[in-house]
Amino acid sequence: MKPRQKRLVFVAAGVVGIGIAATLVLFAFQQNMMFFFSPSQVAAKEAPVAKAFRLGGMVKEGSMQRVADGLTVAFTVTDNAEEVTVMYTGILPDLFKEGQGVVAQGKLDGAGVFIADEVLAKHDETYMPPEVAKALEQGKAAAAMQNVNQTTVIP
Amino acid sequence: MVPEIGHFALIIALCLAVVQTVLPIAGAGLGKASWMATARPVAQGQFVFVALSFACLTYAFLNNDYSVLYAVSHSNSQLPTLYKVSGVWGGHEGSLLLWVLMLNVWTVAVAWFSRHLDQATVARVIGVMGFVAIGFHLFMLLTSNPFERIPMQPDGRDLNPLLQDPGLAIHPPMLYMGYVGFSVAFAFAIAALLGGKVDAAWARWSRPWTTAAWVFLTAGIALGSWWAYYELGWGGWWFWDPVENASFMPWLIGTALMHSLAVTDKRGTFRNWTILLALMAFSLSLLGTFLVRSGVLVSVHAFANDPERGSFILAFLAIVIIVSLVLYAWRAPKVGFGGDFELFSRESLLLMGNVMLTATCGAVLLGTIYPIAHQWLTGANLSVGKPWFDMFFAILMAPVILMMGVGPLVRWKQGNPSEIARRLVPAFVAAIVAALVLPFVMGGWRWVVPVGLFLAFWIFSSSLTNLVTRLQSMSGNDSLGAKMLKQPRHYWGMLLAHCGVGIFILGVTFVEGYDQEKDVRMDIGDTLVMNDYVFRFDGTIRVQGPNYRADQGAITVSKDGQPFVVLRPEKRIYNVQQNPMTEAAIESGFFSQLYVALGEPLGGSAWSVRVYYKPFVTWIWSGCAIMALGGMLAMSDRRYRVARRAAQETAHGAALEASR
Amino acid sequence: MVRYLAPLIIFIALAVLLYVGLGQNPTVVSSPLINKPAPAFTLPQLHDPEASFGPENMRGQVWLFNVWASWCVSCREEHPVLVNLSRMKEVPIYGLNYKDERQDGLRWLKQFGDPYVLSAFDLDGRVGIDFGVYGVPETFVIDKEGVIRHKVIGPVSPSRVQNCLLPMVRALKQDQPVAEEVVKACA
Repeated sequence: MKPRQKRLVFVAAGVVGIGIAATLVLFAFQQNMMFFFSPSQVAAKEAPVAKAFRLGGMVKEGSMQRVADGLTVAFTVTDNAEEVTVMYTGILPDLFKEGQGVVAQGKLDGAGVFIADEVLAKHDETYMPPEVAKALEQGKAAAAMQNVNQTTVIP
Repeated sequence: MVPEIGHFALIIALCLAVVQTVLPIAGAGLGKASWMATARPVAQGQFVFVALSFACLTYAFLNNDYSVLYAVSHSNSQLPTLYKVSGVWGGHEGSLLLWVLMLNVWTVAVAWFSRHLDQATVARVIGVMGFVAIGFHLFMLLTSNPFERIPMQPDGRDLNPLLQDPGLAIHPPMLYMGYVGFSVAFAFAIAALLGGKVDAAWARWSRPWTTAAWVFLTAGIALGSWWAYYELGWGGWWFWDPVENASFMPWLIGTALMHSLAVTDKRGTFRNWTILLALMAFSLSLLGTFLVRSGVLVSVHAFANDPERGSFILAFLAIVIIVSLVLYAWRAPKVGFGGDFELFSRESLLLMGNVMLTATCGAVLLGTIYPIAHQWLTGANLSVGKPWFDMFFAILMAPVILMMGVGPLVRWKQGNPSEIARRLVPAFVAAIVAALVLPFVMGGWRWVVPVGLFLAFWIFSSSLTNLVTRLQSMSGNDSLGAKMLKQPRHYWGMLLAHCGVGIFILGVTFVEGYDQEKDVRMDIGDTLVMNDYVFRFDGTIRVQGPNYRADQGAITVSKDGQPFVVLRPEKRIYNVQQNPMTEAAIESGFFSQLYVALGEPLGGSAWSVRVYYKPFVTWIWSGCAIMALGGMLAMSDRRYRVARRAAQETAHGAALEASR
Repeated sequence: MVRYLAPLIIFIALAVLLYVGLGQNPTVVSSPLINKPAPAFTLPQLHDPEASFGPENMRGQVWLFNVWASWCVSCREEHPVLVNLSRMKEVPIYGLNYKDERQDGLRWLKQFGDPYVLSAFDLDGRVGIDFGVYGVPETFVIDKEGVIRHKVIGPVSPSRVQNCLLPMVRALKQDQPVAEEVVKACA
């Protein structure tokens, strides 16, 4: 083969190979994208039912309960406007606390309970995952609209 | 006083970096030897001042100087000394200082070991590294001064407990040595583009530097993965987290670069491709720095975000990369690709491997930044799942592994496909047999296992074929041992590093295929059976650490009725930050590992307990260590020293000629 | 030639994306709290635990509400800007001392100067949460009706004071609409 033809073969093989890989990769991409929803969005039925997504918000104070088997926990995730009950079986991360930000990954069941297969928590005084912060803030605006004259009294 | 000295030393270092950039590069352009001669002494001067600055910050930590904001935020008087030292690079500001220190270590190393190079090249290389230093000095001084003072605080806010670990003490220095090490290859590439000379000699100079950076990066990534495995308490060793990806992308391109440099060195071809890879490897290191520190991405271990810092580093990144790519677009056509080769040849296989590695890097980049693009276009938040990364990585890497077995056997320029096929038949059969038989020995058929085993054994058997072929082809009646001793170190390094990949694949395959995980509630006396092991929970006791208190569990493991080991996992509460921390207890054997972590107390004496059985998991990191060893062996090859001496003589001869 | 420009073009596209990504930081995302009444609260004052403070005391005034803490790194950076702003006497600045120890907070103000008319003491951070604080410092512009008109996340820079906060405060004081270019400067 002449160098020119050879280069052509190379380029063609490269394009085809990368093309196939890219198609596969992008196709799978669609199925592996994990969307993020806030409790308000879940309440508005924006979140899918059978497909996994991430739910973010704050763990409601006093909402954590252990189910009889000792390993399953139920807690409420809130964005200060709407709430979603989450069930999770397993060991919670170290930084999981009531009143702090949380991201849970899982699916909604038929009854509207979020069955999590992974719970992520990261929080320190200066940092909260931006999507959680955003979800909380949007939820707060919604709550503010419902109840403008609400007063918070600090105990 | 000491912090001010440190701050002042940084400012002087910045000034020296400016001199180190301007004079040598201008001198090389204008042919002024006296300007170029400033490169080495100025670089050494910059190193001295950066080292002084680093020492001052370390002093502030060791001396509990809580008038320094950075020390307040990352240290505490109760902190053990080791972590006071590693706390110096435990946050954004100090880790930048470490970055710059590493850059200076590399620059000084280049200045020392480059006596054999012509003056203009050395001047340009050191100048380019000086330019990189300017950017980081400015970044530190303008946005992230580690010596910022505040009124004396009674005590520090402590180092994040997750970072109080020996693995994490050495992980950042290793990783940064790798990241920054690619600046040498980058500087060599820019110097070559400026000088318009890319040849085999250039590649030979760049090779050991690139390999050294790659060795550090490999070790750094492996250490990080190991740390995440035992410290985060989830038993996972790789999460495709943006921060991990940020270090993995330069590794992929660095791997491609090492192989491409080998071709340019031995065959004089791949020239502009090698240059592009050298530019990309360092650009990706800078991009990683940006991703980790700007807050554009959400990650479990990103530094706190700050858009101002983000814009600064993005601007610097853009300047460095755009200038170098413009230079590339302008000069690369002149550099050319180099000699020709047939479709089936070692060059061709290496090129395909290179393209695959680059494509893999592209896919990692896509998955990492796609959430940003998606948020921009639609406003919705999303993340890309681990399964996607796992899948494309396997699809793209499998052909690379196959080629790894074939490539080293094929001749340069033009190979003989039928001869190679004949040679490799036994290796192929051996790999297939191992892949089909071993799953049953190990305890069950899972699809991932035979595929992984085939790839791993293919590497081993084809490497052995390679060695045998090579020894057979040697003439003379030397004994086998003597023949083996005659093989150059870079050859052994290559075989070793490839086998390291195989060992890594074995580890991954067995962990993916056969690991077992159970989360259970255990009260005193409760037992759990996993594989041949029986785990008995014997309750917890309170223990006191240097700066934490902990509930320490005792879990007695017995095997075949015989007591095997007692594991003592802890749940720690650090005194200052009061956050709980899981400290897993791990018993490592050659073939498997037992991993136990405490969850939460469940009332009474019961706890939730997480138990893992991880077969061959240590092979994952051993494989990486062997890859790194292979790299070290290869770069110690005498051909680089011989080449240096030869070049020295040529340079000396040329100088003599010029003086006549 | 085009071939050799390809890496450059790809990189520039990437850089644009990253730049946009930076802009998307939650810092610039407009807060849903804006143009909503500021959440009501009553908190003890930092200097005087007996006295309390709440936003209803401020009806009829335009004021700035700045969330700060002695442990906060960026507050240190922002502080001189606030001290300067308070010297101009154009707008009163009230502080929210967020999740801090009383002693630490007081010492901090003593060392660096106190730009605040007073600071409310939010030990457990509840008020901060109501205000949607997710990083300290944050600064709110609140108008005469007690409505939040603007929010700055992160340290306030001198240029932001000049181009955004001061013009906005002046307009609000005179019950005039905030000029277009000010809104732009604040974005």
